[in-house]
Amino acid sequence: MQRMIIAAVFGVALAVSRANSAQAADLAASIRAVRAVEAEGKGNKEATAAWRELAAAKPGDLPAIFAAFDGANPLAANYLRSAVETIAERTLAAGGKLPAAEVEKFLLETKHDPHARRLAYELLTRVDPQAPDRLIPRMINDPSVELRRDAVARLIDAGTKLLADGKAEAAQKDEARKVLAQALEGARDDDQVQAIKKQLEGLGEKVDLPAHFGFLLSWRLVAPFDNTEKKGLAIAYPPEKQLDVKAKYTGKEDKEIVWVEHTTENEYGIVDLAKVLGPFKGSVAYATTEFQSDKAHAVDFRLGTPNSWKVWLNGDLIFAREEYHRGMSLDQYRMQGNLKAGKNVILIKVCQNEQTEEWAQRWQFQLRVCDATGTAILSADRAKPSKPAATSGGD
Amino acid sequence: MIRRAIFLSVSLVACGLLTGANWPQFRGQDSSGVAADTNVPTTISDNIAWSAELPGRGLSGPIVVGDKVFLTASSGYQQDRLHLLCFDVATGKKVWERQFWATGRTLCHPKMCNATPTPASDGKRVFGFFSSNDVICLDLDGNLQWMRGMTHDYPNASNSLGMSSSLAVAGDTLIVPVENLSESFTAGLDPATGINRWKLERPQLDTWCSPTVLRGKTADDDLVVLQSSKGLAAVKPYTGFEAWRYDTPASSIPSTAQSNGLLYVPSGGLTALEPAEGGKPPRVVWQSNRLAPSTPTPLVDDGRVYNINGSGVLACADAKSANMLWQLRLQVQLGEKTTRGVFTSTPVAAGGHLYIFNEDGVALVVKEGDAAGEIVANHEFGETILCTPAIADGALYVRSDKHLWKVAKKKG
Repeated sequence: MQRMIIAAVFGVALAVSRANSAQAADLAASIRAVRAVEAEGKGNKEATAAWRELAAAKPGDLPAIFAAFDGANPLAANYLRSAVETIAERTLAAGGKLPAAEVEKFLLETKHDPHARRLAYELLTRVDPQAPDRLIPRMINDPSVELRRDAVARLIDAGTKLLADGKAEAAQKDEARKVLAQALEGARDDDQVQAIKKQLEGLGEKVDLPAHFGFLLSWRLVAPFDNTEKKGLAIAYPPEKQLDVKAKYTGKEDKEIVWVEHTTENEYGIVDLAKVLGPFKGSVAYATTEFQSDKAHAVDFRLGTPNSWKVWLNGDLIFAREEYHRGMSLDQYRMQGNLKAGKNVILIKVCQNEQTEEWAQRWQFQLRVCDATGTAILSADRAKPSKPAATSGGD
Repeated sequence: MIRRAIFLSVSLVACGLLTGANWPQFRGQDSSGVAADTNVPTTISDNIAWSAELPGRGLSGPIVVGDKVFLTASSGYQQDRLHLLCFDVATGKKVWERQFWATGRTLCHPKMCNATPTPASDGKRVFGFFSSNDVICLDLDGNLQWMRGMTHDYPNASNSLGMSSSLAVAGDTLIVPVENLSESFTAGLDPATGINRWKLERPQLDTWCSPTVLRGKTADDDLVVLQSSKGLAAVKPYTGFEAWRYDTPASSIPSTAQSNGLLYVPSGGLTALEPAEGGKPPRVVWQSNRLAPSTPTPLVDDGRVYNINGSGVLACADAKSANMLWQLRLQVQLGEKTTRGVFTSTPVAAGGHLYIFNEDGVALVVKEGDAAGEIVANHEFGETILCTPAIADGALYVRSDKHLWKVAKKKG
C-alpha cells in the first residue's frame, strides 16, 4: 500500500514536472516568436499567435517575460509590453497577486532594458503605493530616462521649496544649491535642465549648458556650394570626397571658397551658418570637427537643423535627410555611430533652399554626442566643464 | 476568383458590423462627416451624458464601433508613450487601455501631438495611428494583433512638424498615409497581419489631410482618394492601382469631402469634381474661390456645401452650382466675451444640424437649410478642442486633451 502511495505521489510529481517543463518550453517558444518580428511585418503572423500564448501566461511567468526585453527590437518590445500589461490587468482584476518581489528585483537590476524596467516600476506602483518614495530617490542616475526624470523632479521640488518664499536663510540656500546641483547631474530633459539652471543662477552658480548636453562647439566651415533647385544634397562636392581643411574650392558662381574656423557661443551649440558665412540661398555648407575618444564605443549623435543634411563619421555616411524649414529642435534626429579610439572626424553637410519667406531663412545646426540616456560624452581634449559649487567640492 | 470570393464575404461581414450606428474612422464610414441619426440633441449643455478623463494629449477624433468608443492619446516628455483607449458608450467607463512605446520620431508642432491622426476600425479590429508613424492593431477587447513602425521600417518617413493624416479602411485594406517631404508614401496593409499589400510612392510634399473613401456598390468597388499639393489620385484599396488622377494643386491640410457621387476638393478655393469612368480624369463641375476652406474640411449635407473660412465665417452654398445661399459668422456672446472664430475641428452633421467646435472648446449647433443660417445652441466645454467628433446612435462624442464627452438625449 505504502509502495502504491509513493508510486502515485511520484507519478503526480513527474506529471507536474513535465507539465511545468512543457509550459516553460511553450513560454520560451512564444517569446522567441515575438522577438522575431522584424520590419515590414515579417514574423507578424507567428508573433500574433505567440502573443496570445504569452498574454495567457501566469503572473509567475512575468519575470521570464521581463527578461526577454533585453536585446529585443523596438517592435518586439512593444509586443512583450502588451503581454505584460494584459497578464497584470487580468491578474489584478481577478483579485490575484503580482510577483512584486521579483518585479522589484528586475527593476533594480540596471543592466536590464530601460523601457522594461520602467514598465516594471509602473506595475509595482499598482500593487505597492510606497514604491515611488522607496525607489525613485535613488534613481537620479538611472539608465531609464523616465525613472531618472521622476527622481530629478523630486529634487527640483525640494530645491524650489527650500527657496520658496524668496527669503531663504543662508543655510537653506546652501542646501538648495546642493539639491539642485544633484538634480542637474541627473537631468537630461531640457525643461528640467532649464528649471534647475534658473534656480542655480539665482543662487549665483554658473551652469555650463554646452558641456552638460555635449554640444560640439568648434567647427571648420566652408560654403557656398550650389544647391539650386535643391539638387545639392545629392551632389558629392569635394569635401565629401576628400576632406582637406587647407584646400581651396571653386564654389557657387565660380567663387573661390576656403574653410573658416568658428566656435559658437550659443549655449545650445547652434552654429548659425547664415550669420557666420552669409545668408546664401540655394547653397550647401560643410562643417567638420574632430572628436577624441579614449575608447572605441557606440554613441548617439543628436542633430537639430531646419535644413536638409548628411552626417559622416570617419568618412562613413551615418544618415541623410531631405526636409527644409519644418522646425528645429534639440535631439530632432538621433543616430548611432561607432567612435574609434583616438581621433574621429565628423563631417556635416547642411543645405539651404531658395525659399524667400521670412520663416525659411534659417541655415543652422546643432550637434551633440551622448549616450542613449542623453548623457554628454565629451571629446577627451575638451576642457573639463565647471560644475556648480555643490558638486565640485566648493563651499 | 477564390480571393475575390473571400474578399467579398469578408467585406460583407465588415459591412454588416458597420451599420449606421457606427463611426469607424475620420468623418465616419463614408468620409462625409454626416450621420444618418436624427436623434442627436440640438442643445448640448443639458445633454452631456458623461465625461471620461484622458491621459496625456490627443487631437485624434473618437471612433465608435457597437457599444465601444475608441480613441488615442500620447504622453511623456517626448510624447513617446502611445495610448489606445476603449470606453463603454453607455456609461463612459474605461473598458481597457493599452500603452506602447513610439518607434518613430515624436517631434511635432506644439499645437499638435503624437496622437493627432484619428484611429480606424474594420468592425473586428481597431487600428491606432500616431504622428510617429506607429500603427497598432488590437482586437475590440484590447488584445494586440500586430504592430508596425513605418518610420522604423522606412527611416526617412517623418515630418518635423508632425504627421496628422488619418487611417482609412476600404476594400478590406487598411490605408496608411505616410506622406511627407522626404520618404513619402501611402501603404495598403492587410488588416489581419499588418503586412504591406502595396506601398505607393507619393509626392515628396507635406501632407496633413486624410484619404477620402468613395464607397462602391460592393467593397471591391471602393476607391480611396489620396490628396496632396499636386492634386488627387484615386486608388483601388486592395491593390493600390491608380484608377484616375487629377493633376491640379490641392490643399495639404483640409481634406476632400464627398456626397452623392461628387467630390469637393480644397483646390482653387473649392472645386466640385465628378469622377469619370475608364481612368479618365474627373470632370470639373464648378470651382469657387469664395468657398476656400481653412483648416477644417468642408461638409456636404442635403444638397448644400458648408465651409468654414479663415475668418471663422461659415458659408453655405448649393452643392450642385456653388451658388452662395448664406454666410454666418461663427461667434457667440458668452457673458462679456465674444468667442473666437478659430477652427481646427472639422464639422459633423446629423438631423439637419451642424456641430462645430472652435479651438477654445465652444460648441456651436447650426441649423442647416436654404434660409439664413442660425446658431441654435452653444456650449462652452472650457478646454481646447481640435478633434473631429464622432456621431453614432444618436450621440455625439468629442474630446479635448483631458476629456472625452458623450452628448446624448436623456432617456425617459
